[in-house]
Amino acid sequence: MKPRLQLLDKATIARILDEALQLLQVHGVKVRAPEVVEALASAGVQVSDGVAKLSARVVERALESVPGKFCLYDRAGNPAVHYGGDAVHFDPGSSCLNILDAGADQPQLAQAADLVRLVQLTETLPQFAAQSTAMTCDDAPKEIGDIYRLLLVLWYSQKPVVTGAFSAETLRVMLELLRAESVGQEALRRHPRAVFDVCPSPPLNWGEFGAINLVDLARAWVPAELISMPLAGAAAPVTLAGSVVQHAAESLSGIVIHQAAQPGAPIVWGGAPAIFDMRTGITPMGAIETAMLNAACGEVGKSLGLPTHGYLIGSDSKALDAQAGMESGMAAVVGALSGINMVSGAGMLETLACHSLEKLVLDSESIASAQRLARGVNAESSSLAVEMFAESFAKGGFLKLESTRQLFQSEQYLPSQVIDREPLRVPGETLVSRAHARVEELLTSYQRPPLDQAAEGRMLAVVAEHAHAAGLEGWPGITTVEVTK
Amino acid sequence: MSTETFAAMRQSVIDGASSVSSALARQSIELGIDPIRAIEQGYIPGVNHVGEQFAKRTMFFPDLVMAGEAMKAALNVLEPELERRGEKRQMLGTVVIGTVKGDIHEIGKSLVAIMLTAAGFKVYDLGVDVPYDKFAARAQEVNADIVGMSALLTTTMQGQRKVIESLDRAGLRPQVKVLVGGAPVTRQWAHEIGADGYGANAVEAVAVAKSLMASRAAADAGTAS
Repeated sequence: MKPRLQLLDKATIARILDEALQLLQVHGVKVRAPEVVEALASAGVQVSDGVAKLSARVVERALESVPGKFCLYDRAGNPAVHYGGDAVHFDPGSSCLNILDAGADQPQLAQAADLVRLVQLTETLPQFAAQSTAMTCDDAPKEIGDIYRLLLVLWYSQKPVVTGAFSAETLRVMLELLRAESVGQEALRRHPRAVFDVCPSPPLNWGEFGAINLVDLARAWVPAELISMPLAGAAAPVTLAGSVVQHAAESLSGIVIHQAAQPGAPIVWGGAPAIFDMRTGITPMGAIETAMLNAACGEVGKSLGLPTHGYLIGSDSKALDAQAGMESGMAAVVGALSGINMVSGAGMLETLACHSLEKLVLDSESIASAQRLARGVNAESSSLAVEMFAESFAKGGFLKLESTRQLFQSEQYLPSQVIDREPLRVPGETLVSRAHARVEELLTSYQRPPLDQAAEGRMLAVVAEHAHAAGLEGWPGITTVEVTK
Repeated sequence: MSTETFAAMRQSVIDGASSVSSALARQSIELGIDPIRAIEQGYIPGVNHVGEQFAKRTMFFPDLVMAGEAMKAALNVLEPELERRGEKRQMLGTVVIGTVKGDIHEIGKSLVAIMLTAAGFKVYDLGVDVPYDKFAARAQEVNADIVGMSALLTTTMQGQRKVIESLDRAGLRPQVKVLVGGAPVTRQWAHEIGADGYGANAVEAVAVAKSLMASRAAADAGTAS
């Protein structure tokens, strides 16, 4: 058996979905994009003053056309992320503004070079099946911040990408960029490389660009990932169950908008639900209740047979310390045991405001340990111990057994040197110093995956016009040699 | 009698009991208590107590918000009475506040508006997704001292700069001070766009608003002398 975390029983899930439908029917969802409102109205949805009231039938019809699974592909066209079922993948957290360098007291505004290093590091860590557009780079104009960070990730990585657009206009450019890399729309549709996070605004609101982006992604057949963010007590009911109901209602409304635009287009039941700290007003991503919310929301999505996503492993600590390890380690276990298809958030500190490369390698150890836990205790062999005992007595110890040599690496996860299991204390060594050494070691081993020159040219051409208009000079994060070769 | 009533008013705010605070306000009018005294000696001490306890982490956001609501309920009764009497309450200042265009996040902005109102500012809340020029237009209309802007997204925070440019174009700067906040907003960003103050949270925003008013008063006094 494989261990699973289950927070909701079937009856509770049924109640959650029932109340979510009640919210959608009675209160409806505010949609601030007139063209989307119009499309919903012509699809038979009752709309008044921008509020769409969704009947159970409308929701059921949308759910009928949603694919239960799909893949994201790496640059070579291999399926690398399997959305649907119980597959669990991890990617770094996204969209922060700051980076905390090893040993620094204060974070700095992230530059393109910082994002490049994080992408390169992620590329070397097998725990991460996907990249994320992790930071907004201060040295790229804000108007093209989302476009530019995607360019950097595609430039330096062959893994699939979890990303998102900051506006309807920039989404269109980002889709162009993906087509430039994938050689056209049809290739992108068959082998999507990226999934786009799209956020409703709690409670029960779709802002203009969020709603438009859902429609544009559906029409482009590029996967969308719903990121409903109920904040328990502030922008959602204070109870965890109440917030899960709101998450379900917002996610169902997103699915209706999305499937109305293009039935059958891929979409993920995702989110970043969190509690609201009543003392400070922050949304503690490291709180156990936040992890519980993500797991519970994932369970509701899985009950509908949908691909799932959650936001876990970020810490509220300001430094790579025991709190960061505790919060992120616990959340990694919750994510792995919940069977959430994509768990975003690794590497982040300060309530998602800051990335740390050192934390990313520590989190990769938490993830590997959680993945080991999720594989459970293997008891499939004909003899569990008796045969090994017999052989051990004959040979004079377990260390002399071939089975020991063969199996120990699948039975035990061997952490990197970030985790201190040395028998003797090394003077002056700390978690941060070990993590930093590991970061440098991995970055030294990084080799840029091949990207053909024609694709590079197409990608730069897509971005160039917008970069120029925004006043960008040069290509921060991309070396001159690479650009001119 | 007034002392007991003032104590009850204070307590109604601490309890976040809007129905009690408004009933006491009506009662105070019937008893002939000066509305300004009711506000200053009854309700504001309640608000101050909640603010102090919030800072000490013994009271929480719901207490703060409900105290603000209770204060507002009392003001809704007392302000028309002040107007009827032809009297005016001395306000700390006038603030126009909103979440900038493209952004529909409301919680932070509304908390700041509630806290500013409770602290004694006259607040005009423009809501969310507010067009850039609307801040300047409203500030001009109500003779605002401060324009407060919230933005929760890295993209929409650009709008804070545009609002400042709009205030400049309308010739409202530097007499109208600008206060910014929101999750991605930092002190450094506030400085970069030429804002006068930054509040990391609602309590800090009120403190910064008070200090902006104090520094302006000091500057005015300097000019006058």
